[in-house]
Amino acid sequence: MEFNRDLDARGLNCPLPILRTKKTLNEMASGEILRVVATDPGSVKDFAAFAKQTGNELLSSSEAGGEFTFYIKKK
Amino acid sequence: MDEKKLAIIATKGTLDWAYPPFILASTAAALGYETQIFFTFYGLQLLKKDVSDLKVSPLGNPGMPMKMPFGPKWFRDINWNIPNAIQAIVPGFESLATTLMKQTIKNNGVATIPELRSLCQEADVKFIACQMTVELFGFSHDDFIPGIEFGGAATFFEFAGETDICLFI
Repeated sequence: MEFNRDLDARGLNCPLPILRTKKTLNEMASGEILRVVATDPGSVKDFAAFAKQTGNELLSSSEAGGEFTFYIKKK
Repeated sequence: MDEKKLAIIATKGTLDWAYPPFILASTAAALGYETQIFFTFYGLQLLKKDVSDLKVSPLGNPGMPMKMPFGPKWFRDINWNIPNAIQAIVPGFESLATTLMKQTIKNNGVATIPELRSLCQEADVKFIACQMTVELFGFSHDDFIPGIEFGGAATFFEFAGETDICLFI
């Protein structure tokens, strides 16, 4: 999937991946796509909850080799 | 949709209890909540310019696992079940526990308190220090970080009365 910005949240723990994501989204334009890679296992539920509450769309959420990748479309 | 609101009262001044108010407030702000934290009694310690002296005490806290943040895995996995009575009489036990806790925080990629605190401020979380306890404990306004307000219980309720969530920590 194509994306406009990339955020490396590997090694960070709750709530830092969400806070960095929010900060990065603030710098982006509506409709742009952010890719986030995280290693915090709690981030799977957290990103779904973040998307639901903020209205930014979670396009995909996947796991491979202990890394979680999220694609988020800015509202 | 109206903006949701969160109010937190932070009353504890230890390294472990510094986390819940700042984690919840920064996350709420990221989710779009208007957020305020009212710091009172020992919670005032969390607003001091220098928070490097915040400590964690295993004393009177049987729920705190005592594990070493270094060495081989089998060594890290040992839970050092030291009776409270012994912890109480060993000088420097609290400092040791604090050093170990800070290392564990670092090893786990958990943010530091100054980091979380400035993330809150960047996200417009409002910090209010309880003026009465500032005086009671002999602090001066200069002891605290800039960008905070000083007020009393009535100031807190002005915002808390309008909130969706209100927590006492």
